[in-house]
Amino acid sequence: MADARLVIGTRKGLFIVARNNGDWIVEHAALLGEPVTLVLPQSDGGLLVAVEHGHFGVKLKRSNDGGQTWEERPTPKYPEKPDDVEDLDPVRHEPIPWDVKTVWALESGGPDNADELWCGTIPGGLFHSVDGGDSWSFVDSLWSHPDRKCWVGGGADYPGIHSVVVDPRNSDVIRIGVSCGGVWISEDRGATWRCYGEGMRAAYMPPDQAYDMRTQDPHCLVQCRTSPERLWVQHHNGIFRSDDCGLHWTEIEEAGPSTFGFGVVVDPSDPDTAWFIPAVRDDERYPVDGKLVVTRTSDGGQSFETLTKGLPQEHAYDLVFRHALAIDEQGETLAFGSSTGNLWISDDRGDSWSHVSSSLPPIYCVRFV
Amino acid sequence: MAYLYFTPNLARQVECPPGELEAGTVSELLERYFSQWPAVRGYVLDDQGAVRKHVKVVVDDNYLIDRDELSDPVRPDSKVYVFQLLSGG
Repeated sequence: MADARLVIGTRKGLFIVARNNGDWIVEHAALLGEPVTLVLPQSDGGLLVAVEHGHFGVKLKRSNDGGQTWEERPTPKYPEKPDDVEDLDPVRHEPIPWDVKTVWALESGGPDNADELWCGTIPGGLFHSVDGGDSWSFVDSLWSHPDRKCWVGGGADYPGIHSVVVDPRNSDVIRIGVSCGGVWISEDRGATWRCYGEGMRAAYMPPDQAYDMRTQDPHCLVQCRTSPERLWVQHHNGIFRSDDCGLHWTEIEEAGPSTFGFGVVVDPSDPDTAWFIPAVRDDERYPVDGKLVVTRTSDGGQSFETLTKGLPQEHAYDLVFRHALAIDEQGETLAFGSSTGNLWISDDRGDSWSHVSSSLPPIYCVRFV
Repeated sequence: MAYLYFTPNLARQVECPPGELEAGTVSELLERYFSQWPAVRGYVLDDQGAVRKHVKVVVDDNYLIDRDELSDPVRPDSKVYVFQLLSGG
């Protein structure tokens, strides 16, 4: 615990937060002024980050010295779009750009594949690296799947892959969450894909299409490390749990003040314990009654505790994005950052929260090192 | 030879000194520059080779017209400037 660290990606740079004599402090700032949308601590100690320049596009950068210095790394790139291919958004009938707009998922290929990386993007392309990010290959099997044409934007103008979950039992098995395009699985390391999982409900679709797997908007997909058959999804209109590796989903209809939110984390050692940070609903993206809370279930979603100790209970309008809630490897320490630059950390599984900073830029992602 | 200049804001991200190159179009001008400075390409052009949405290219005081193919003509004494748009920040 003594050397515990957090890496925070924000609208205006990257920040490293460390424990110092028992207190969490912001220890280092890097890449100031640059939007850092995702961070991936790598097994060799390096930090790989996605920087989204407003003008000059998305770039990947890596630091080998804890964030002191950075070098640009190869960025995933879409293939040249053939002239005879029509690729239109199914709702607006506008062309889908074959261009990396946002790096929305960045994950390692599993504990037995330290050199492999997966990168999900807006507008929906998935990329794979087998050399630690020295080069990237475009996963055409997913992009060319006919059902990819059903995907639509969720939160952004174009669809995107925000969750890449490598099965801890078998790193050939990859699950992804798509907003909006449902949950997909590959059991052959990305060679083939299928949209799967019955039971998710899309309240924003006509009744006859509400259970169409391809129109679901899973905001965040996570898998329990020690009980991998258990998956959790924070969905656009609720919380869903699967007990059979994602084949079937059960909707959790009550979860404290609201079931709407973006992030979810699951205890790596207890599939029944998961945490969420609710907002009112999709068109009111702030905490219910201006009271910021974390909700925790310890019984698989049958009941929820509403955790408030250390969190503001009046005039709090923080929204926590999908990558901005994190849990450490031991399942003891949690952290989250908000759209208004607040950062909280809990060393007791969410029972109480320490307010680390109120003056950071808007926080996009939080990850433990 | 045509003169090519990049905003200092881009130089903060990637080395991009001014260049003087022979070219008949903006596309030729940039390709010849990128052959010397390949890291600059991805900052100016998107994955399909079009000018990025929030990048502005000015050719002899006129905004670039063909932002997809970059076919606008360049004269030997042309001055081409690559700036960022004020949108997109």
